[in-house]
Amino acid sequence: MEASKVVHAIYTDDDVLMSAVKKVKAEKHHIEEIYTPFPVHGLDKAMGLAPTRIAITSFLYGCVGLTVAILMMNFIMIEDWPQDIGGKPSFSYLENMPAFVPIMFELTVFFAAHLMVITFYLRSRMWPFKKAENPDPRTTDDHFLMEIAVHNNEDALTNLLKETGAVEINIIDKDEDAH
Amino acid sequence: MEYTFSNRLKLGAIVCMVLGLLGVAYGFYDSHKYETVEDVKVLLAGEHHDGDHAGDAHAGDDHGAAHATEEAHGDDAHAEGHEMSHEEHVLHQIHNRPYAALYVAAFFFFMIALGVLAFYAIQYAAQAGWSPVLFRVMEAITAYVLPGALIVLAIALVADKHIFVWMDPEVVAHDKLIQGKSGFLNKGVFIGLSVFFILGWSAYRYLVRKFSLAQDNSDNNSYFKKAFRWSAGFLVFYIVTESVVSWLWIMSVDPHWFSTLFGWYVFASMFVSGITVIAMIAIYLKSKGLLEFVNDSHIHDLAKFMFGISIFWTYLWFSQFMLIWYSNIPEEVTYYITRIEHYKLPFFGMVAMNFVFPLLLLMNSDYKRIPWFVVMTGIVILCGHYLDVFNMIMPATVVDRWFIGIPEIGSILLFGGLFIFIVFTALSKAPLLAKGNPFMKESKHFHY
Repeated sequence: MEASKVVHAIYTDDDVLMSAVKKVKAEKHHIEEIYTPFPVHGLDKAMGLAPTRIAITSFLYGCVGLTVAILMMNFIMIEDWPQDIGGKPSFSYLENMPAFVPIMFELTVFFAAHLMVITFYLRSRMWPFKKAENPDPRTTDDHFLMEIAVHNNEDALTNLLKETGAVEINIIDKDEDAH
Repeated sequence: MEYTFSNRLKLGAIVCMVLGLLGVAYGFYDSHKYETVEDVKVLLAGEHHDGDHAGDAHAGDDHGAAHATEEAHGDDAHAEGHEMSHEEHVLHQIHNRPYAALYVAAFFFFMIALGVLAFYAIQYAAQAGWSPVLFRVMEAITAYVLPGALIVLAIALVADKHIFVWMDPEVVAHDKLIQGKSGFLNKGVFIGLSVFFILGWSAYRYLVRKFSLAQDNSDNNSYFKKAFRWSAGFLVFYIVTESVVSWLWIMSVDPHWFSTLFGWYVFASMFVSGITVIAMIAIYLKSKGLLEFVNDSHIHDLAKFMFGISIFWTYLWFSQFMLIWYSNIPEEVTYYITRIEHYKLPFFGMVAMNFVFPLLLLMNSDYKRIPWFVVMTGIVILCGHYLDVFNMIMPATVVDRWFIGIPEIGSILLFGGLFIFIVFTALSKAPLLAKGNPFMKESKHFHY
């Protein structure tokens, strides 16, 4: 790959950004990334990103949590130190199951939620002590930044972006690809 | 855009009602084939010969429970030296069945309408922006609140001690526990409160429908504001009256037993059934090319409610069950012992239908916007909540002599036909778009 050049187009409104994304996509340019101060509804669809698979991981983590709860309660309350639950000393997991349902529920939710958040951070390449990839700190406040790869078409691209309502257009040399 | 009640659907509803009426009539005729204790003895002997020891085996169980808790049989709070023979109990159970079947189906369809009325009031009180395109569907369903409630009350009064043991003065005379509750459990309070609640619900429904129609041709939002205030007030009235009515109309069939979250539990049932019916009717009308302003996202949101409230229902079902199971206090736990001994299939089957099915079918976001998927899940949910009402009424009235046969299905057809007839007649009386609603534009553009 040649030394990559990218255009940074900056917008100040999410609606303008959305229509700009649609126009840029219509002209068949490849949008590398968009940095926004808050989640913009429908942006992923407009950019043509593949649908997220986080829900699937969440379901699987929930199943893990449920399994852990069942095995844990079976070991603690039935095998290791058999308990008389509710005056019904049957020492069977199945017969005492109602007492364990709250724990099964809680651990399902706990595993699903925490592991899903951790997965999300890792998948977004955010881990402790990571240096921020954000190219422009204003995108953490009130600006929106669209990053587009340049392939010897700077002028055409700049004109197109101006038309879409970008307030600032910078061409940047990206020496070290952070990705 | 108007809806016209098609002749085919109208005919279908009428055929349902006629068939249902025949089924109900057959149920009453059939139950009166057994007039005396002697008839029942013949019946039980026959069952015994068939190798079905259930009758005998249960006789021991039931009487044991009856002595311990004076509870297991619907009609048999006769303790203290006033014993009925087993055959006499069975005779009563056989006679109770058609009344109970009628009552279960009548309450089921009534609760759908009342659940929708509450849902509708919440939309106004929350000033929801997504739902106004569905308002006319909701208004049409709530048209059944008044007739449905009157039918339930009428059946309750006609059935009398066939459903409510505490209405039998002879039972009360021998029952200390019911005597203690007779300040609340007496016919005067029952009729008085019921009539008061029905008046309240219908008055709100009448007013808010009037405001909604008037808002269509209004140039300001004054009717909407009125509807908002009345809805907020109604919700307070509703949550109290719904709770009390669930004690009176349902919980009192087991007059010794009580549960403090019963009102919530019945609420969850009526709420999820109501929302399911809104989704099904909206999808039906869309398939007829009407309601073109209702998009996938509206169906998606209704399906999310079906999913969420199903889980809420399960939460309450389980909370009620677990506390009583855990504490194991005889006068409470007898409620579940009857159900688990004699109603294993409907009792646990209902949990599968009301929880496992919607959980697995509607978990995936994409499936919530596929109409046939929502309808299929909706049918399972509705059957499940019919069973829920069945499980609340039948064990107290017919104990182990239950079956979903002609009297039950006839009752479902009768009230189902009436429900469809009234709802779709109301639907054809007004434009399908409540165009004056100030949130209509937002609702039409609603996009998830």
